[in-house]
Amino acid sequence: MKLSSLAEKTGLKILTNSETDPEIESGYTSDLLSDVMANAEEGSVLVTIQAHKNSVAVASQFDLPAIVICNGRSVPQEVIDTAEGEGIAIAQTKDNQFEISYKIKKAIMENAL
Amino acid sequence: MPHRFPLNTDKAPNAVLEVILRLKVKDAMSKTIFSAKKNDNLRQIQHIMRDKGVTGIPILEDDRLIGMISVNDIISALDYGYINEPADNYMTKSLIVLEDDMPLSFAVSYFDKYPYRRFPVINKEKKFVGMISSRDVLSALLHELNNEITELENKLNNGRNDVPGSITREYSIQKFDFENAGKASFELKKILKGLNASRQVVRRASVASYELEINIAIHSNGGKMRFEIDESNIIIEAVDFGPGIEDVDLVVQEGYSTANEWIRSMGFGAGMGLSNTKRVADEFEIQSELGKGTHIKSIIYLGGRDEA
Repeated sequence: MKLSSLAEKTGLKILTNSETDPEIESGYTSDLLSDVMANAEEGSVLVTIQAHKNSVAVASQFDLPAIVICNGRSVPQEVIDTAEGEGIAIAQTKDNQFEISYKIKKAIMENAL
Repeated sequence: MPHRFPLNTDKAPNAVLEVILRLKVKDAMSKTIFSAKKNDNLRQIQHIMRDKGVTGIPILEDDRLIGMISVNDIISALDYGYINEPADNYMTKSLIVLEDDMPLSFAVSYFDKYPYRRFPVINKEKKFVGMISSRDVLSALLHELNNEITELENKLNNGRNDVPGSITREYSIQKFDFENAGKASFELKKILKGLNASRQVVRRASVASYELEINIAIHSNGGKMRFEIDESNIIIEAVDFGPGIEDVDLVVQEGYSTANEWIRSMGFGAGMGLSNTKRVADEFEIQSELGKGTHIKSIIYLGGRDEA
């Protein structure tokens, strides 16, 4: 499902420009980047509180097309710029990792019906 | 004759010119600024200067810059006995300012043109956003030139020694350079995709390479990533210049970590790096000598694993 429609359903605020609207197939929730590298499936949205450039680098290297930053953590403009350069979308939510992961999973499953 | 800023923009090489045009004033300026209000007296401002170790205090009204008080203003106030009077009467009101979106070259030429050692910075909405000193300019330039030269060196070294059927690449990794960490691994991924390696192989090579690259940035005094890809193997090597590892068996155990708190807070240092690398590699070797450095070699078979 497109990130834009996922955002509509789950209340995500997309911070990167609208040129990047990737297809989200699944999700992976973790704040440990080594764990993300080892276990996140391609095409997953990365749900995390790590709002820095290395999350973008990991997402790019491991084909994770979008990052959701939880707990309303602010995302520095330079991180958004880097993400746009790499074609990675960044979205923000006030929810914590547990809540937003549930909403995303539910939306993806409903979309598949 | 004021002290000239030591950079001649007419004769500088292209790489330098490119950097000072690409960098903006906001990339170099200090954003942590101690300011005062116009009704604050000069004594209070003198105390801010003393406590914070700064020599110029911007005077703000809301977000707007309305004046500056310098150390010289304070010296005069002490000299002529008006140190307890408000800043309003004695601050410099006609100010030379820079805008945050201007290229850094503007700042360089301002330091050349005017006798001041720092300039206030405002944004398009005329809000005060920071201060820039010649020291800020120099450290921003040094940082950027360091990146630029590393990239040039990498370009020079790479591709020259490739023999047919084999690709060799080498990248320098600086200590604590999280800004650029991952770039070498990204290059490896591009090469492997170009060779039509399978997704699993690209992924395993990416894990090994990224973990080793991040490890150099986190734990070592700097080092190199070296990739060699021939018809059957992807050889990923991490070589660093110390400090070396005491017990190499311990460090490859999952969960063992020597990373400090701020590294962990970035999502690294969970003690998974080397165990991840070992798990994805078809061959794995680690050698280390205290005081000298560490050499890790991981090999991934280009054709994938025999999934029996």
